[in-house]
Amino acid sequence: METMIEVQDLTKYYGPHLAVSHLDFQVAAGEIVGFLGPNGAGKTTTLKILAGFLAPSTGTARINGYDCVTDSLAVRRSLGYLPENVAVYPDLTVTQFLRFAAGAKGVEARAEKGEIDRVVAACGLEEVRHTLVAALSKGFRQRLGLAQALLNQPPLLILDEPTIGLDPSQIVEIRQLIKNLEEAHTVMLSSHILPEVSQLCHRVIIINRGQIVASDTPENLSRQLGHGSRVLLTVSGPTGEVEVALQKISGVNRVLSQGEGNFLVEGDNGRELRPELARMVVARGWELLELKAQEFSLEEVFLNLVTEETTEEES
Amino acid sequence: MTQVKGWLAVVRKELTVYFGTPIFYITGFFFLLLAGYFFYTNVIYYSIISFQAAQQASNPQIAAQLNPQQMVFRPLFAVLGIILLFLVPFITMRLMAEEKRSGTAELLFTYPLTDWAVISGKFGAALLVYLILLAFTISYPLVFGLISRLDWGALGTGYLGLVLLGAACLSLGLFASSLTENQIVAGVVAFALLLLFWIIGWVQELGAGALGGVFQYLSLMKHYENFTQGVIDTRDLVYCLSFIYFFLFLTKRQLESRRWRA
Repeated sequence: METMIEVQDLTKYYGPHLAVSHLDFQVAAGEIVGFLGPNGAGKTTTLKILAGFLAPSTGTARINGYDCVTDSLAVRRSLGYLPENVAVYPDLTVTQFLRFAAGAKGVEARAEKGEIDRVVAACGLEEVRHTLVAALSKGFRQRLGLAQALLNQPPLLILDEPTIGLDPSQIVEIRQLIKNLEEAHTVMLSSHILPEVSQLCHRVIIINRGQIVASDTPENLSRQLGHGSRVLLTVSGPTGEVEVALQKISGVNRVLSQGEGNFLVEGDNGRELRPELARMVVARGWELLELKAQEFSLEEVFLNLVTEETTEEES
Repeated sequence: MTQVKGWLAVVRKELTVYFGTPIFYITGFFFLLLAGYFFYTNVIYYSIISFQAAQQASNPQIAAQLNPQQMVFRPLFAVLGIILLFLVPFITMRLMAEEKRSGTAELLFTYPLTDWAVISGKFGAALLVYLILLAFTISYPLVFGLISRLDWGALGTGYLGLVLLGAACLSLGLFASSLTENQIVAGVVAFALLLLFWIIGWVQELGAGALGGVFQYLSLMKHYENFTQGVIDTRDLVYCLSFIYFFLFLTKRQLESRRWRA
């Protein structure tokens, strides 16, 4: 498959501060990739380098085959960029701003109106077309930011925190909008909202302190980096005794009683606990009401990775 | 071709902002008020002298002074040059500083535009705004021409000087605006630098020797004076065009450094 983004040994210093350290990753054309990490992890810096706004200290970043530093113009022609804080000219109306963006992106004069109509419709901006940007709500500004990124149909979209600061219904709308882009564009988005990333993205790159700590599909990450297996168990029996009995089973690391006979049992990674748990419950004469393997959420994977990294570095 | 389209988009956007906000109207109002006031006082002075000349027709010295170019328009051009020092910072102070402050610079510089397209687009829009204001003052010689004979060549040279001086001041103002994200700071820096380039030639009068000659050559006022006298000297043209290019170039370098400094 064709490579859309190719990052090699990318490092960025702000003065003495290391923001991004030796990043290596690739994004294939047509992928939706989530860039995940805590605040200050280096997500925005990396995206700004990819968008041609910043130059890396060392290393290279190529988009659509063009180098982000030496072929900056060709790179910028290949992408639509939504910055973290969508700043649009407050003294212009929505249409005026989009006309400016279309001109700046080199949209042909005769195609300009049609192109603006297309992105206005795609982003649901019809009702505010002639409103001054200064008077737009945060949700509409975000949509306008997305609309300008979509102008001229760039093959790559770089979206930095596309749903930040939006209310829940707006978040759902923007997510749907991004989901709809799947077929025509490669999308790289950053976020620290984990469910968003797991819903939208084919692949997740987790970054912490400027370094990649994991890169895989959301499902694989949950499976591989979940730090053990986890089973949800509902038993009709004396809570205290059940808990003690569960802890005695070999391979069980932790038992959490959640009340009303519900227990969360965590065991060693890759170990199947369910047969032993079922045998033990039946053998004791208690009633087994429910037994279900539970996957680690991306949120937990993320926290585990980030905490591990920090602990390793401190030690 | 794409860059020309991008340049036009920048010019159009800047003009929309100028005409959509009070900047143009307020600066325009005070510029024309002051220009009109000085033109009026010069005309009054000229009419008084004319009246005296008519009464003392035998005095050839007074009659020789009766040159509207020298008595009305040359002082007017001189004072318009000084008004420019105050006017230009208001026109240019937001051009780059506001982009940086509001964060729109991040969008602007990720569009496929060269830095030259952005800089020349902003400079072009500011120059156009200035030319529109200046165009209003052409009504003065047009009206005056109805009642008196004018040396249109000398007047044209004066206006050429005003256009070049304005463009030079605007390029410096644009550079000042690229240095900071605070519009007030940009305005103050632009004014201070313009004032410096206006009076730098005074050093020569204090007897600064050869170095004083260099300072005098750098003086905006010195070169502008020749235009107000109706003289087109290639040295003045070269100076003004070099001045404009130099500050646009500095603005470009300043913008380029952004990518590396962040």
